[in-house]
Amino acid sequence: MADSPLLEVRDLAIHFATETGTVEAVKGISFSLQKGETLAIVGESGSGKSVTGLALTRLLPEPPTIYKSGQILLDGQDVLKKSPRELRTIRGNKIAYIFQEPSTSLNPVFTIRNQIAEALQLHRPEVRDFDAEVIKYLDLVGIVDPAKRLHDYPHQLSGGMQQRVMIAMALSCQPELLVADEPTTALDVTIQAQIMDQLRELKKQIEMAIILITHNFGIINGIADRVAVMFRGKIVEYGETHTVLANPQHPYTRALIQCIPQPGQKRRRLTTIDHAALEAAG
Amino acid sequence: MNWELWLQNFSVVAGIGFVVWILVHGARSERWQRAWLRLKRDRLGIASGCVIGLYLFIGALEMIQLPVGPQGATSILSLLAGSVPVEPSFSAPLATTTLATKDPKPLRGRHLLGTDALGKDVFVTTLRACRTALIIGGLTSVIYVPIGTLLGILAGYFRRWVDDLIQYFYTVLYSIPEILLLISVLLVLGEKSLAKMAFALSITGWISLCRLIRGETMRQAERPYVAAARALGQSQWNIVTSHLLPNVMHLVLIQLVLGFSNLVLAEAMLSYLGVGSPIGTPSWGNMIDGARGELSREPVVWWTLTSATGALFGLVLSLNIFGDALRRAFDPKRG
Repeated sequence: MADSPLLEVRDLAIHFATETGTVEAVKGISFSLQKGETLAIVGESGSGKSVTGLALTRLLPEPPTIYKSGQILLDGQDVLKKSPRELRTIRGNKIAYIFQEPSTSLNPVFTIRNQIAEALQLHRPEVRDFDAEVIKYLDLVGIVDPAKRLHDYPHQLSGGMQQRVMIAMALSCQPELLVADEPTTALDVTIQAQIMDQLRELKKQIEMAIILITHNFGIINGIADRVAVMFRGKIVEYGETHTVLANPQHPYTRALIQCIPQPGQKRRRLTTIDHAALEAAG
Repeated sequence: MNWELWLQNFSVVAGIGFVVWILVHGARSERWQRAWLRLKRDRLGIASGCVIGLYLFIGALEMIQLPVGPQGATSILSLLAGSVPVEPSFSAPLATTTLATKDPKPLRGRHLLGTDALGKDVFVTTLRACRTALIIGGLTSVIYVPIGTLLGILAGYFRRWVDDLIQYFYTVLYSIPEILLLISVLLVLGEKSLAKMAFALSITGWISLCRLIRGETMRQAERPYVAAARALGQSQWNIVTSHLLPNVMHLVLIQLVLGFSNLVLAEAMLSYLGVGSPIGTPSWGNMIDGARGELSREPVVWWTLTSATGALFGLVLSLNIFGDALRRAFDPKRG
């Protein structure tokens, strides 16, 4: 990999100034991502993984957010030094997001077509035939008979369909990096599997880097090239997915992997993570 | 036609256009479609809506000027009431002679609600006064609703210093007793006119709408679709106008209807205090003001006061019932 990375995060620290003091949400993390590569950021609630994802285009509200130190280099340029106007051209255009709650992430008063067309208008002024372009992307994310769905409102779609629309919206901007923040958490298990299959499929078709943020080690297999395990604002383990899964070094990683239910396993108590012990271990 | 008449005609068109715009904007959303389904089943709501429609219709008859008659322009209502004769003086409802105790003169016709001091039919005057009420309500709404909505969204979305500034501004206005503020503004503006009254009422009118929209915007801004729009690189202005605005529009509609009744009452009150509608303009406030002196007369002249307050009551009650029906339709839980 002689190319310079698409994204390089160096020693990023993010604090939140609250009334009761400063919260250190992210404590100096570094990782990098090549074009077309997929990185999974795995960790439990509050480990700083979503904050990291949002920080990539400075989507966190400032204040209370303080970017204490570090750099976020996108194509070699520091995102943290950009003006709001420059940031808007990065959002959607270079880095697109999909979020956890598809039902509330779509504006309830717009049809599917208009939501996606709005994104197209913003980032791809060359597009003339919006309907055709919207249909193309709805088709790409596996929506059956997309032409019929154009004038549906979000509430007329199921959760899985809504998430597909969100993905279509993100993809329609042709971003270089897709940040998927727990894209399947709000969906039931069969739909989760479908959406993950869809992402895997899309990864093959489109040259696009993905950052997959999840608390579930179970879903990253087969899609993530590398994995970063976050715990209490730090990356405690970082490496090739198969290496980490096969030979986890950090006790927290081991604990997370143990939480994945295995088919055919004897019934047993679900594993819990002993935070006190982890804390003591450092 | 002088400029004021043009302004009033314009405000009528603008007001109608504005309401249509709100409806068209809102009708696209699922929430509005459901609200419509619920509203259709609300008999009281529909009945009050019909009453409001009737008032609007009568007001429109008086507002639309046709190029006929001695002054070059006459309203449709005046044409329709052209056959109603003018009597010498007061006469009781359906009386056959004037009210004079000494020398009652025979009337040229029967009058459902009697006649006033100038012998004009009170029923016709009451109907003609609809126009004034609607102009005050409509013109004021056209001024205050966009201001209140926009400032409310800006305060609720941007928070921090924008919110502080807007809040300070309306808190200062709110701290002055409304009636004193209205009277002083109207006295400063000088010669009475409906447009000036609408302007004065707008100064205080936007505050409650602004507060309401501010609160709702704060709630909406927390929702992920706003974050998603930001993540897509939408400009702040675009988020405010095309994402937040349609999502608070239902509150604007409810407040518009409920606020309208306050405006109609305010017109009557200001006219009663002598700073409202120009003298000679048929208005319920002017009628009540005129009737004040006649109440001490013997036999008492009660019909002017009764018809004006009756018409006022009918409109205000219908607006309130309709506003409540709208609120129930949009939010069945809080109903």
